[in-house]
Formats: sequence, structure tokens, C-alpha cells
Amino acid sequence: KELTSKKRDEFEDILEERRLSSDLRYAMKCYTPVIYKGLSPCKPNAIKNVVLQSEQVQYVIKQLAKEMGESPDIIQEEAMEILDEMGHSMQLGAIRFFAFTLSKIFKQLFQRVCVNEEGMQRLQHAIREHPVVLLPSHRSYIDFLMLSYLLYTYDLALPVIAAGIGKYVLLVVFSGFRDFLGMKIVGELLRRAGAFFMRRSFGGNRLYWAVFAEYVKTMLRNGYAPIEFFLEGTRSRTAKTLTPKFGLLSIVMEPFLKREVFDTYLVPISISYERILEETLYAYELLGVPKPKESTSGLLKARRILSDNFGTIHIYVGQPVSLRTLASGRINLCPYNLVPRHLPQRPTEDIQEFVSDVAYKMELLQIENMVLSPWVLVAAVLLQNLPAMDFELLIEKTVWLKGLTQTFGGFVEWPDNLCAKKAVMSGLTLHSNIARLVNGHVVLNDKGVEDGAVGEIVFKRALAILMCGTYRNQLLNVFVRPSLVALALQMTRSFRKEEVYSSFSFLRDIFSDEFIFFPGISLKDFEEGCFLLTKCDAIQTTQQEIYPTDKGSVVLSFLSAMFRPFVEGYQLIFRYLSKETKEAFTEKQFVSGVRNFVFQLLEKGNTQCYEALSSDMQKNALAALVQLSAVKKKKASNGFTYHVNQEAVHKILDMFDARTPVQKPVAARL
Amino acid sequence: MAAAAEEAAGSGGGSPASARRRLRIISGHLRGSPRAAGQAPLSPSPCKAQDGSAGPAASSIPKKRQELLKWNGWGYNDSKFIFNKKGQAEFTGKRYRLGGMVLPTFKEWIEKTFGASLEHKTTSRASLNVNDVPPSIANEEFLQDLRATEISYSQDAEDRVFRAHGHCLHEIFVLREGMFKRIPDIVVWPVCHEDVVKIVELACKHNLCIIPFGGGTSVSSALECPEEEKRTIVSLDTSQMNRILWIDEKNLTACVEAGIVGQDLEKQLGESGFCTGHEPDSMEFSSLGGWVATRASGMKKNIYGNIEDLVIHIKMVTPRGIVEKNCQVPRMSTGPDIHHFIMGSEGTLGVVTEVTIKIRPLPEYQKYGSVVFPNFERGVACLREVAKQRCAPASIRLVDNAQFQFGHALKPQVASIFTSFLDGLKKFYITKFKGFDPNVLCVATLLFEGDREKVLQHEKQVYDIATKFGGLAAGEDNGQRGYMLTFVIAYLRDLGLDYYVIGESFETSVPWDRVLDLCRNVKERIVRECKEKGVQFAPFSTCRVTQTYDAGACVYFYFAFNYRGISDPIHVYEEIERAAREEILANGGSLSHHHGVGKLRKRWMKESISDVGLGMLRSVKEYVDPNNIFGNKNLL
Repeated sequence: KELTSKKRDEFEDILEERRLSSDLRYAMKCYTPVIYKGLSPCKPNAIKNVVLQSEQVQYVIKQLAKEMGESPDIIQEEAMEILDEMGHSMQLGAIRFFAFTLSKIFKQLFQRVCVNEEGMQRLQHAIREHPVVLLPSHRSYIDFLMLSYLLYTYDLALPVIAAGIGKYVLLVVFSGFRDFLGMKIVGELLRRAGAFFMRRSFGGNRLYWAVFAEYVKTMLRNGYAPIEFFLEGTRSRTAKTLTPKFGLLSIVMEPFLKREVFDTYLVPISISYERILEETLYAYELLGVPKPKESTSGLLKARRILSDNFGTIHIYVGQPVSLRTLASGRINLCPYNLVPRHLPQRPTEDIQEFVSDVAYKMELLQIENMVLSPWVLVAAVLLQNLPAMDFELLIEKTVWLKGLTQTFGGFVEWPDNLCAKKAVMSGLTLHSNIARLVNGHVVLNDKGVEDGAVGEIVFKRALAILMCGTYRNQLLNVFVRPSLVALALQMTRSFRKEEVYSSFSFLRDIFSDEFIFFPGISLKDFEEGCFLLTKCDAIQTTQQEIYPTDKGSVVLSFLSAMFRPFVEGYQLIFRYLSKETKEAFTEKQFVSGVRNFVFQLLEKGNTQCYEALSSDMQKNALAALVQLSAVKKKKASNGFTYHVNQEAVHKILDMFDARTPVQKPVAARL
Repeated sequence: MAAAAEEAAGSGGGSPASARRRLRIISGHLRGSPRAAGQAPLSPSPCKAQDGSAGPAASSIPKKRQELLKWNGWGYNDSKFIFNKKGQAEFTGKRYRLGGMVLPTFKEWIEKTFGASLEHKTTSRASLNVNDVPPSIANEEFLQDLRATEISYSQDAEDRVFRAHGHCLHEIFVLREGMFKRIPDIVVWPVCHEDVVKIVELACKHNLCIIPFGGGTSVSSALECPEEEKRTIVSLDTSQMNRILWIDEKNLTACVEAGIVGQDLEKQLGESGFCTGHEPDSMEFSSLGGWVATRASGMKKNIYGNIEDLVIHIKMVTPRGIVEKNCQVPRMSTGPDIHHFIMGSEGTLGVVTEVTIKIRPLPEYQKYGSVVFPNFERGVACLREVAKQRCAPASIRLVDNAQFQFGHALKPQVASIFTSFLDGLKKFYITKFKGFDPNVLCVATLLFEGDREKVLQHEKQVYDIATKFGGLAAGEDNGQRGYMLTFVIAYLRDLGLDYYVIGESFETSVPWDRVLDLCRNVKERIVRECKEKGVQFAPFSTCRVTQTYDAGACVYFYFAFNYRGISDPIHVYEEIERAAREEILANGGSLSHHHGVGKLRKRWMKESISDVGLGMLRSVKEYVDPNNIFGNKNLL
């Protein structure tokens, strides 16, 4: 397997043309998108009716009527209300309004918006052939606006978007309008641009689920428009791909599995931001300060944001993946043949596993085509050399890291003909809120208040490190396999392959919610990690053993340092749990408990692991322990509660601290 | 509307004539004058081979089949599609209504649909090369025993090759260009039940393999000899057991020897004023025993039922002995019905020798009809409604647009300017006035049968339903041509083979709610597979809904493509057919509605009927035929 020679398409800047010609003419251009060949034309309102009258929805309505002893008409009305609440009403007028406004805004915000045109052509072809599902990565609210804008620019059918409704719906970029338009109008505008909304949580509301699922499937079956949603479920606050959610994916897969459509194309789309619009907001959120009053509201002022520079966006539209091809030879459809297709049916284990595999596969494809800017490399180097780093050394290390990243198959986009110094410098300029150059040294911007209280200093520092970490994080999924091998080598202090593999496997399990691993292929991941390390001459392998090479120590120590915040962070979190005395706690209690625990350690200077303050890491660690059955998750009246199995947590902690060797249940497979 | 309705009403008056015509199509193949009434003794007489007379009743198909039928293609020697000197397509012979007619638009259709060209021709071998034929292996002891029974037999190469195959594409291809690896070693022609008993006894004694042969119309590789079979293979040709033994008018049943072919059965019953009404598309050649052995279905099953509804009593000779019931009753509760072990056993258990079958008085009146729908979806919805109201006519079929155009291409040259003017007017009315897209619309063909008054009433009911689904009556003539096509379409493959076009049909049954999805997906799958396998020209892939039931429908596919530029067309063809079958199964369709499993579809039996189900069938086989005398290896 050749990881570096992956051929990737060329990028094209779509803003360039916008800067040269009239936005108004662009917004009013003749818009005749390519449509699905089997499309039966249908108005948005007619779709709602089809959904309401569908056997699926009618079945649930009758069921509920019977159970609740109410008349079906009342429930039907309720269903209609749900449909009105979530339904989109795509209108050309609104689309043109957005085309115009977004042109203006994007030109203000971004230097360039780069798109792989070949991907757009492939997409155009796919839309004609089969129903299409767009699966973009989710880092910002800009994502779905940008994607719709892009499709409009390329004369493709605008997607209908499954988006969450609730407190977050208000867009950062539209906050300027908020004052005089109000939330409702922004929502309505989005609706008319093709967004439809789902409630964030509708656990147990069968009617809502039935109506929603049928609405999505009806649009998919008719080939009405591409469907778009985010596999990650929500914006990743850490710029690290979140583990996938399966609900929506299994809805859009169902028409194919039931053979209501011949095939469905899944299109992974990677949207990479040189600078994320919500970066500060995210850092605050991760630290558990949801709405920092002064600082963020000031930050969010539209005018201020519009005057800021957010660099370049890269959008890589991946190869459409045929669901039929993925399913071929793997799915037994018999269960679907034996039950009428309109009855709600719990998917078999086979199908659930298939959905999960598809989800991971699509996320890995997203990761593969994420563009890594020079700044991402700078951030990764800088975080290992705090508090200050010599500028020249930083440049040197950045260039070195660029080579390593490319060896590992990372998609580094280094501006043409740009010397390393300029590239690093331009990154520093763009991110002057995070780091700056002082006397030939690069330092983090963590001195908000010069002589504040200890707590204030810790907080400011954490904020800067988390923001910086957001950029380093973009490298992690590319680096995780070789790095876990490096960590495992360190942990085992042995060169025996099977022992290293046991440790690798243990780490992979521990970090299963932190990084994206395709389920069940631990050994393959291990081999890939070893292969990549061999490729950059960091290790040598024989039949039974793995040796670091002489010059390999640079690479290995860099890699383990890169992941050290996670190792240390998890150790802190596990240590906190091992001292947990409460019988049961909620996730909220857990997060604030860990935060206080870590905060105190940081204040005392007993640890330097600021990243353990991140609620994201805390939740992932908890989820991993649940997976490993060291913590029990129980459904309670209001959400879930957690129960620690002290013995199991201690055992894991011991293995993690390398006090006891990792058991090797899997070694036999080597 | 007026024109079409008038056309329908106008021809209503002349309908008895058209009903006769249809019967003539079916019976028209008989040569010579009808036999004198006294010639066929309708009495349960024992074997009469001994008295040295002609023996069996005169059959439409001679004992030397090759004298009348093609040796390397479908049907009669004298009936085939050709391109005449002017380059126009023509159907030869006088057996079918299409016989002797010129089909002016057909050539263009072929060129357009397949990208075939008359310049690129392949030719079959002119005749069978006897030297290629595997030699007959039969030991002398057996032959002596056989001669002692005085049962007619042959080791002639032609006779043996003729019984070594059915009509699957690959079989015909082998006939045209190669030779089978294994064929029967000897052909025997028993003339009655007792003969069969003797043959089976001999086979058990000498450990031979028997493969029963009826009409030879199998499309499931059921007749192919297993290559690895080392024993002598005896092809047991039932064609000489073709008498109607008796007719019971009180109970409306007839006892018939199993070798009788469909057209003879209907003709001979017709002479007494009866019919079975069982009319599979192959009825000119297929035999009663074959129908039983494959669970056949007839076009008019809505009135008469499928074979399992028609059969009252079966006598079958097995290596264990004779299996039959003790009475001839409409229904009995005596455990699982043993008839259902026999029906669909595909020659793996024994030979069906005599069948008592239900008969009906000949219908007084028959009328064809047709309805045009704006699209296939509406057509299917209409058929579903007709099935729901249980008012399906004797036959109702819905062809998709591709097949409609195909039927159109087979329209003979019109005799008068007036007819062509009328055709033009009809077309204008449907496409321009009613706004039907000629590339989307589809057609249902109908056949009504029964009392004149009831037929007319029934017809109105069905047309009323059709109207609700946007259907327009499109005349009797279109309907009739639709049915005629099913008889001649089999001849078309031979023409295609001459021009690098290969094709086949296959079928399935499917619940109503999945009909549309299945049709669309299977057709799409075929197109897709062709592309992937390097077929240069888009394939012809079309379907029709041919039968309606309460809970679902039978769907029939035609699939053909131009194989120029492909080195191993049969292999490619088989892979595509296999993919199509997988698609059918994935869409909730059955392995087969009436063609059977044979050896072609064996691989899916387990998933079709479960492990235990397969085990049940195996245990029956093990008990009935422990030494695998009936070793054609079908089904299991």
C-alpha cells in the first residue's frame, strides 16, 4: 500500500471570480441545476403531504391512537405540526438572497475558498445517477452555508440539510442581522434555502421519529435533492473528528437496504479551515464557560468578525461511494423480505454493524482529504516547546514535520513557492491571537491579565493551549497509528512484537472515542503504524521484534510527545475516578469534578497537563471506560448515571502507568 | 377516446370469430385432417404396443423429433424469422398468424436496440456432426433385457443429442458451435405405464441413470446430463404415452398419459367439447408430465388455476415402487399432500405416467382487449386493483415501454391505406391529445373467456377500473398481437444468435408492494452489469407483469445484448443472469415462479427454503431413490 502517492485533485479558488465580477449578477444568474434522472418533480409542500399520507407515518399514527385512546385525527394534526416545524420550503428567491449576501460576507472573511473542481464534476455526475447524500465534516456553522453556496456556484441542486434546532441555530455570521431580523426570520430564511430542522433530542417520541425519518427518506427516494447532514452530529470543538452518530445514516441507508432505490451515493466532503471562526468560543466552551459575557459577546460582534481575516478554506469533495458496492456480498436482506417494508423494524445486528462500518469508513475518508496548513504544523511543534521557542528552530522543525506528515499520507497544502519562513510567518500573523513573535522567540498569547490571581493565569494559559491544540489536533488522526506504536514501544520497554502489539491494542481501546479507528481491525492498524514508522526509518522489524533505529529516536520521541497530553490527561482523569467515592454520578457532575481536580493540580504546579481541562477529553475518557466496562452507564429518570467499578479502573490505571504489563489476550493473532 | 372505444366496441361483435382464431393459433399446428372420431379409443385400455398397431395416438410431435423440429433452435423447422432479399424481416411458414408476413419496422428496431448490423453475421453449423457426439455406453446384458421387453429404443446419435438439452441459451449455443460433454447413451420410448415400470426395474437391476424427457422445453438446465455420471444414462422419452385414457363428464376430470403435449391435449379434449385451460407459453411442445414435474403455470390460471390446482391424481413410478393416492377426490386431509413431493420434483424421484386432471366445458366466447397506461406505475396500480377486486380476466398482462415498442416493431405491413391512416389517428390521439409519452407509456393485454354476456360485463368492469388509473382502451387487435408474441418470441432468439445478439427470459414472483422496485432494480442491475462486463451496446432489458394473485404477481424479464467484441459471451451472459437473480432475491422476489430450479438455480435453494427445508426434500429423495437412479441432479 502506498500512502503518500495518493493522487489528489487540484484546487480552484472560487472567490477569485467573485472579486472580479458583480455579485448581483451572480445572484441573479440563470440557475438550472442538474437533477436526478428519475426525479418526479414535486413541490416542498406536496412532499409534506406525501410524508403524512405514507404508510409508515399512518401506521405509527394508528398505533399511537390505539395506545393512547385518542382519535387518529388529533395525532395526524400533531404530525402535520411536526412537519411544518421541520420542513424546508426551498425557494429560489431566498437562495438568490443568500448567494448575494454570502458572496459579500465570504469575501470579507476569507482570503480564498478553494475547491477541487474534479470533485464537483464527479458530484454532478452522481446526482444525475442516484440519490446522493453529502457528508461534510463539521467544524463551523460556515460548513453548510459554504456547501450550499458552492453547489449554487457550480449549478448543482442545493442540498436539503438536516440541522439541529435549538439554542445554537443562530448563526455567528448572522448575529449582525439578529438585532433587526430576529431569530425567527433567520430560521425562516434558512428554511427557504433548503435547511430542515430536527429537534436535538426527541428520545422516545415515536411520532417525531417516524415523521422525521419518513421525511428524509421520501426526499431521498424521489431524488428530490441531495441530502446533507453531519456524521459527527455536532460541530467538533476540538477540530478533531468526532466519533460518528448512526441515526441519520441508518435512515438514509434504509431505502437502499429495502431496495426502494437502486443505489445511494455517499459523498464524503472535507472542509478545512485555516482559521476557525468559532475558535475562541470553542475554547471557552471546552473549559466549561459557555457564555463568557464580556469577552465573547464582544468577539461575536458582526462588525468585528467581518473585519478579521480567517484565511483560506479548502473544500475537498471526495469520490462518491456507492452504498450498493459497500453492501455487496455482506448484507443478508432476508429480514427485510419477511416483514412489510412500511413497518418500523429494529435493524438486525448485521445491519447495525454495517451502518457503523460505513460511518467510520466515511469519516476516515473525510480525514484523508482534510487539508493541513503550515500553521497546523507550527502549532504541533510549538506545543512541544512551551513556553517559548526560537523562531529559526521553529521553522526548521516545521519543515521537518512537513516531510513526516507527507510520509504518513497527510494532505499538506503548502502555498506555492513560499519559503518556509514566510509560510510560518504568515501563519503567525493569521493567528496572532494565539501566538506571537517576541525577540526572536515565539510565545503563546496567554498573558491576558498581567498580574491576575493564580486561577486567572491558569485559565488564560489553558485557553491559549486549547486554542493552539485545536490546530495541532488536525494532525492527530493522520499520526495516531504510528504514534500509538511509538507509545507502546515506550510503555512495554520490550522489543517483542506481541508485547508491543498488546500495548498498542490497549491504547487503541482506551482512545477509541478520542481518535477515529475503523472498528475491529486493531491488528491492521498496528501493521499500518509499523509500516509507516519503517518507512521513515524510525524502526526496524523482524519476524518477532521491533527495534527503534538509532536515528529513529527523534521521530519516536516527537510522536509520543505529540500524544502525551492525551496520555497524561487520561491518567489524571482515571486517577480522579479511582478516588471517586460517590455511588452514582451524572456526566455533568463528572465533568465539573474532574475540572476542579485538574485545576487544583495545575494551580499547585503538580501537573502541566492543561488539556485535561477540556470537557471533550473528559467525556471521551469516560466513554472509553464505559466501553471497557470499568464504568457502568445506567439509564435513569433524567438521562444517564455512571457507576465506577474501582477495581477495573485501578487495573487500567496500572497498565496505563506501565506499572503492570498489559495482558495479552490478542497476542495469539499475531 | 372515441376512436379507441369504437374500435373496442366494433370488434366486440366479431369476437366469436377471434376466439376461434386464437384456438386456431394453438391448434393450427396440426397437420393433415383431424383424426376420425373413432380413432382414439377413450377407454382405459392396457398397453397396446404388443398388438403391433401404431400404438400411441397420433401426436403433433413425431418420435423422430428432428423431422419436424429444429435441431439447434426453437420450434418448427419451417417457422423462423429471416431477412428477405429486400432486407426486410419476415416470418416464414404458415403455422402462426405472423407466418408469411413482412415486418417493415423490425430491422430498424433491431439495429437501434442492439446496435446490431445485418452485415455482421454468425452462422451455426449446418447440421449435427455425428463424429463429435460422445459414443453410447451401454452394456450388452442391459440391452438384451431391454430388447426382451420389446420397448422401442435408439442409440442413434441424433436421437441422443436431441434429448441432451433444453432451451437455455448456453445449450443452444453449444448445439450451434460445440458439443455436450455428456449426453444420454440410449433413448427409450415406453408407450404406457407398464413399460415405464419395466424400464425403472431394469435401471435398478443394472444400476443405470434415468433422465425423464417430456417436451424438452426446459429452461433450467434440467435436462443436461451430469458430466461426471459414469453409469449408462437412459433418456426416458414419454412422448409415446400420449393417450387420453378416459373422460369423466360427471366429475369433469380426465385421465391422461403424462407424455401428451399441450396442444394435443387441448385439441383432443376439444373434440369432446372440453379443455383443461392450462396454457403455458410452451404448450405447443411441453408435456403434461413436464408440467407436473416443474409446477407449471398457465396463462389462463385466473380461471383454470395452475397445475397444482388442476391435478386430481398422479401416478408416478419410482425405484421404490409406484406412488399414488387411493381415490380421486377434490381435497383430502391425510398429512402433507404427497402430490406436493411430486410436483416440482423435476425428475429426481421418478417418472409421472398418468395424471387425472380437471377439465371444463369449452368456453362459449373469448375476447381479447388492451389498455394503454401513461406509465408503468399506473399500470401496476391498476393490475393490483383488479387483483384486489378479484375480477382478473382469464389473462391480464402488463408490458413495460421497451416491450411495447418491441411489440410495435413486430407489426406486420398494413394491408390498406385506410388501416394505416387509422393507426396514425390512434397514435395521434394517444400521444398528442391525451399527452401520453410514447417512450413512457405501457400496455396491458387482456383475454376474457366465458359466457358471452358475462364476458361483456366483466370487460366493462375491468375497463372501468383501468379508466380510474388513467388507462385508455386500445383495441382488441393490440391485445391479440400481444399474446401471439409470446408464441413467436422464442423464435426470435434464433434470429438474434445469427447477428451476435444473445438473450433469454427469466421470471419470478413478488409481493405487490415490491413489484415496481423489483422491476426497476433488476432492469437497472442488468444494464449496470453489462456495462461493467464490457458489453459495448446498452442491453435490451425489459419486463412484464404476467400473472396477478391476491398477494402478489409474477414478473417476466427479457434480456438480450449484442456480444460483438466479447470473447466469451456465454460466460458473460451467465454472470449477468446470475447477478439479475441475486437482485431479484434481494428485492424480495422468489427463485422461480414456474420455470423451476433445475441445475441453473440450485445454488440459491438453501437460502430459498432454509437448511431444514432442504433436508426435508433430501430425506424424501433418499427414501424414494436411495441409489440415485433418477440422477439428473436437479433441485438438490
